[in-house]
Amino acid sequence: MKSWRDKAIQTILVGAASTSILIVLLIFFFLGREAFPFIWEPGFSNLFQARWIPVSFKEEVFGLLPLVTGSLLVTGLATVLMVPFGVFGAIYIAELATEKERSFLKPFIEILAGIPSVVIGFFGLVVLSPIIKNFFGLNTGLTALTGAILLALMAVPTVITVSEDAIQSVPKAFREASLALGANNLQTIFRIIVPAALPGMIAAIMLGVGRVIGETMAVLMVTGNAAKLTLDPFSSVRTMTATIAAEMGEVAFGSHHYQALFWVGIFLLIMTFFLNVIAQRVLRKYQMR
Amino acid sequence: MVDFTNPKLLAENIDFFYGKKQALFDINMAIPDKQVTALIGPSGCGKSTFLRMFNRMNDIIVGTNHTGKLLLDGTEIYGPETNVVQLRRDIGMVFQKSNPFPKSVYDNITYGPTIHGQKDKEVLNSIVEESLKGAALWHEVKDRLHDNAMGLSGGQQQRLCIARALAVQPKVLLMDEPASALDPKSTAHIEELIGELRKDYTIVIVTHNMQQASRVSDYTAFFYEGVLIEFGETTQIFTNPEQKRTEDYITGRFG
Amino acid sequence: MRSELQGKIIVWSIRATTYLIVGIVGYLLLDIIVKGIPTISWEFLSGFPRRSGAEGGIYPAIIGTVYLVLGAIIMAFPLGMASAIYLSEYAMQGRLNRYIRLAIITLAGVPSIVFGLFGLGLFVLFFGFGASILAGSLTLAFMILPTIIVSSEEALQAVPMGLREASLALGATKWQTVYKSVLPYALPGMFTGSILGIGRAAGETAPILLTVAAFFLPRLPKSIFDQVMALPYHLYVLATQHPDTEKVLPMQYGTALVLIFIVVFFNLTAIILRNHFRKKIQW
Repeated sequence: MKSWRDKAIQTILVGAASTSILIVLLIFFFLGREAFPFIWEPGFSNLFQARWIPVSFKEEVFGLLPLVTGSLLVTGLATVLMVPFGVFGAIYIAELATEKERSFLKPFIEILAGIPSVVIGFFGLVVLSPIIKNFFGLNTGLTALTGAILLALMAVPTVITVSEDAIQSVPKAFREASLALGANNLQTIFRIIVPAALPGMIAAIMLGVGRVIGETMAVLMVTGNAAKLTLDPFSSVRTMTATIAAEMGEVAFGSHHYQALFWVGIFLLIMTFFLNVIAQRVLRKYQMR
Repeated sequence: MVDFTNPKLLAENIDFFYGKKQALFDINMAIPDKQVTALIGPSGCGKSTFLRMFNRMNDIIVGTNHTGKLLLDGTEIYGPETNVVQLRRDIGMVFQKSNPFPKSVYDNITYGPTIHGQKDKEVLNSIVEESLKGAALWHEVKDRLHDNAMGLSGGQQQRLCIARALAVQPKVLLMDEPASALDPKSTAHIEELIGELRKDYTIVIVTHNMQQASRVSDYTAFFYEGVLIEFGETTQIFTNPEQKRTEDYITGRFG
Repeated sequence: MRSELQGKIIVWSIRATTYLIVGIVGYLLLDIIVKGIPTISWEFLSGFPRRSGAEGGIYPAIIGTVYLVLGAIIMAFPLGMASAIYLSEYAMQGRLNRYIRLAIITLAGVPSIVFGLFGLGLFVLFFGFGASILAGSLTLAFMILPTIIVSSEEALQAVPMGLREASLALGATKWQTVYKSVLPYALPGMFTGSILGIGRAAGETAPILLTVAAFFLPRLPKSIFDQVMALPYHLYVLATQHPDTEKVLPMQYGTALVLIFIVVFFNLTAIILRNHFRKKIQW
């Protein structure tokens, strides 16, 4: 007996909400559609070679390995940098900062989150890379480390915000019980609050890592873009994201190179998909307390 | 037991579930017209759940279901033909925590009539006056009808919610512990008001306050762990209960 | 005594770590402001670029960014708002709801360059829009959709349940309840979310790289099927693709400053609005 108007509205709302599902399916479909022919010609196994030489007069090689190691190297370094800054930052803002500091620090972190990656990349290019070059005595400042520092800077707001939420959601009773037993503020923070908030903090770091893997412009601008199979932080590397951004503009649509770039996109999508879903699972599970 | 020839509300074999957990067990009860019926019992006994069945407020809680029959004037409240929206116009409700909209006093009262299509300014004005008078609030707020309702005192807010419910001209008024969050003076106000309203409305009130039940109601039903233990005239329940558990509860031995 | 000193050292190192972040970001902002301001002039803001961006202004890039952001928000806001209303007010539990939430989480994590690939595959090639404002706006719209949905839903959830119950108990239909006693109080929060989305859309480079952005196009677009320049892409081009990057450094700083100004302006507005409404509405 609902009026037709209410029914129509509900249908519209369901439709709108379902577009998200549609978009996700379309993303997978269209990435797959462009990438798929590569499986037969020149063959799927080509993607697992150790060299990426997409443009050559002799023989083109589409091995994703150097790109994957490039991404992993930069991501690993960035994670090492991002964890202490993110976790300590969150602890400081949630537990140690005065009310005044907090009201300045929180918006500041949000502003950092909003700075476009191309601007961070630009800063890395003109300010950070000369510093890296001179400090370590390198031929070029465009290294994996340079990219990692910038990426850590970009992921820190995510880690801080989500970790802080996790800390805030630790029940007051825990803190009171600890203080009532004569523990001081720091003991309470490190023995009670941080352990209780740990799952949330781990999820925060995973979300940060997801952001780092998918980040494009900053790494494109400062990592030197050499597709080398290396784990040296001072070497130039080329990440998966940067490869797509740099080469997609110049390939012939439908070529093997074009298809290989879509494969890079698919691998990226799968990696970030799992990181995100697991992190959200963890967050939801521990929010229920 | 009570003798009813023509009950306003009738419950037959009501079972109610939150998911797998059963909250009401085989409730049979007839609520008489133009009387005040109180539902009492310790918290968690199912009295509020039962109350919220009459206007189907439980529908908005996920995973609830029920069996049995519930009738308003002989028509099924949960029948497939029943229009929930129409049903809620016939059965008004006042909640435990007063919940005025953050709008003016005037707009709070006219909310119901307007959504039901009343546009005539004259009519709306008179509805506002009538309802506020009905809820014994008119003299306190008539000079600030266009002030925000959030600025009223707690007791005034609750009477505004009653007035808001009256503005839709319901047949039945459900009250879910309407005075539990109020100070004694405001509580007395509300109880007095209930005494006035019983002339025109069938009232079902949930309360955990035994004195309140004995003061305001004509009939009392005692619930315990989802079961209706005893139902009868208030004077009889409070002076000469048939069940041991009823006696224990009203004399304060548990709950 | 010893543990007290230890404690002080720990607190100070945590504080130092936090303020190191502030220092770096502060330095970044100051560097760009100080070196960018000399470039800013009326000609820079309103002129067309000459000699592939080495001289002249960035007017077409500003306009291009405005068009892209407008296009994205026009599509993403109604869609995001309707999704949030459905998720918060209509969908209870159930499979569809779970899938929608999974989809939103997934979308939120998709790398921006992958959105670019998707936009290229679907809008540019499959629908045949070509590299155009339309293709770029649609891609950006889908990218900011999760931001808008999540913050809109938060705003809806903040409206107390009592208001919904009161309205329903008066015989209002579901939609009347949502429209008259939930939406009015949630709208400010929903707009805030959209402003955050605008900030993000304005600064993104990777998705528009593949779907719309023109390297150097010193004229304004005539229709939504035209390519445009955009601020973030212009900065990227000047900084890395220009034959003489050292010489155009002032232009780079100027472009970065304008871009940061736009993005930070939107973000600050959103933050201030949000704090304002949080304080103002107390239930």
